[in-house]
Amino acid sequence: MTFTKLLTGAALMVAVAGSAHAEGKTIRMGTEGAYAPFNFVNDAGEIDGFERAVGDELCKRAKLTCTWVTNEWDSIIPNLTAGNYDTIIAGMSITAERDEVIDFTSEYFPPDPSAYVALAGADVSATKGTVAAQTATIQAGYVASSGATVVEFATPEETVAAVRNGEADAVLADHAFLNDIVKESGGELIFIGDEVALGGGVGMGVRESDTELKAMMNEAIASMKADGTLSALIAEWFDGRMVKY
Amino acid sequence: MFEYCADPKILEGFQWWSCYLTTVKHMNFYTSFLVVFALLAATVPIILVFGFAGAIARRSRFAPLRWLGWIYTSMVRGVPDIIFFLFVPIAMDQGIEYLRHQVKCSDWAEPIRQGNDFVVCAAAKMPLSISPNWVHETYGFFLAALAFAIVFGAFAANTIHGALGAVPHAQLETAAAYGMSRRQVFRRIQLPQMWVYALPGLSNLWMILIKATPLLFLLGVEDIVYWARELGGTKTSRFAYPHPDWRLGYFLVLMVFYLGLAWVSEVFFERMMKRLTQARGMSEATQ
Repeated sequence: MTFTKLLTGAALMVAVAGSAHAEGKTIRMGTEGAYAPFNFVNDAGEIDGFERAVGDELCKRAKLTCTWVTNEWDSIIPNLTAGNYDTIIAGMSITAERDEVIDFTSEYFPPDPSAYVALAGADVSATKGTVAAQTATIQAGYVASSGATVVEFATPEETVAAVRNGEADAVLADHAFLNDIVKESGGELIFIGDEVALGGGVGMGVRESDTELKAMMNEAIASMKADGTLSALIAEWFDGRMVKY
Repeated sequence: MFEYCADPKILEGFQWWSCYLTTVKHMNFYTSFLVVFALLAATVPIILVFGFAGAIARRSRFAPLRWLGWIYTSMVRGVPDIIFFLFVPIAMDQGIEYLRHQVKCSDWAEPIRQGNDFVVCAAAKMPLSISPNWVHETYGFFLAALAFAIVFGAFAANTIHGALGAVPHAQLETAAAYGMSRRQVFRRIQLPQMWVYALPGLSNLWMILIKATPLLFLLGVEDIVYWARELGGTKTSRFAYPHPDWRLGYFLVLMVFYLGLAWVSEVFFERMMKRLTQARGMSEATQ
């Protein structure tokens, strides 16, 4: 353990030395702030969650100063390419469509199956009825192609609310996001149907022209995977989920 | 806020509420009401300036200036507001950064547009990446305020243009006959009398402006709508104060706030109109 730590530490130092002029740069981290436990605004008004912990650690390892900003999900990619912030760290799955517009670092969260949630008592046919999904997500695209009627909402909150008030028969979203909500709904909401594997893991989005930042972040992610801190953070924020890197 | 708030999990009833309603997040919500007033305070003077400039340009004897005034008012009034609200801040932001880039980083070899990316050098960023977050937020707010001013200024220009034309022509001719110059007629006769014709239109515009302030939210400013939605959303036990979907309650508060603001404005304009028409009544009596 200590040996790998040393090794990755050394690798990191080489990487940092190679790009010495970028060291200490201020990076603006863009996130949604409405997707617990990945990212949310806590009661102190600060950005909190799994991605806050990962992002801060990555910045420390890459010797960058990071500030956090929130941005609406549906304009999160255009505002990255326009240069309003430098990274997207918002539970964004790596997909081919997004990769055409921006670049992704390697994944820091494994591919997470998407799941359907409906009111208690609903059967699997609800997944073929009216299904709520967040705009511009992999789930919205999947529902549209699955033959069900998709209703899109701007925030994750609204997709679940749509099921609660009967506007939609079910909601399709990341299992990791829905898990807390189902668990604490007091039996009101249940998982139905089969889980669907979508997307290729969660990565950090960077501008295509920002190859230097991408390399630094990849380096830092690799070092977090190697010394087990990433797995520990995933276990801490996602109900003890075990991920081996 | 209070000492007993240290462990929210064991609180109940009044204590829970007193702690819940005084979290930092709620304080942000309360202060965001000031953002609405700040927007009104910042835009109203610019709206009037744009309005007067537009109206005077439209009445100008110099044809190109007249066309400019006409293009401004009819273009802004003809295009949906929302498009201006989305277009102006982005265009302004990139325009400013482009100009700063040309000045500060003339030795930069790479192109500014690289595929989808808009890349300027670090020194040209507006605001700089190293600036604290409040600088970024204030900058965003002023871009938004400018977008509001451009849109509402065009409506004000139209109202003022109409009001200037509504002042009885005989009075202007009389003033000219007394030997006043064109400028004097405008300042002494036309402008003071114009207000009474402009006020109904301007008060209407003010009401629309109040109702349009939640558009700030659309421009990424953390205003009352942002915080109401954020605070009202379902909170799981990851949060210190878990609760179900309370957005209805929060939006109700916003509704009461806007109704109150509209009511106060209504009363104000009613009094103002009374005073203005009284003054006009007197001037008519002396004719």
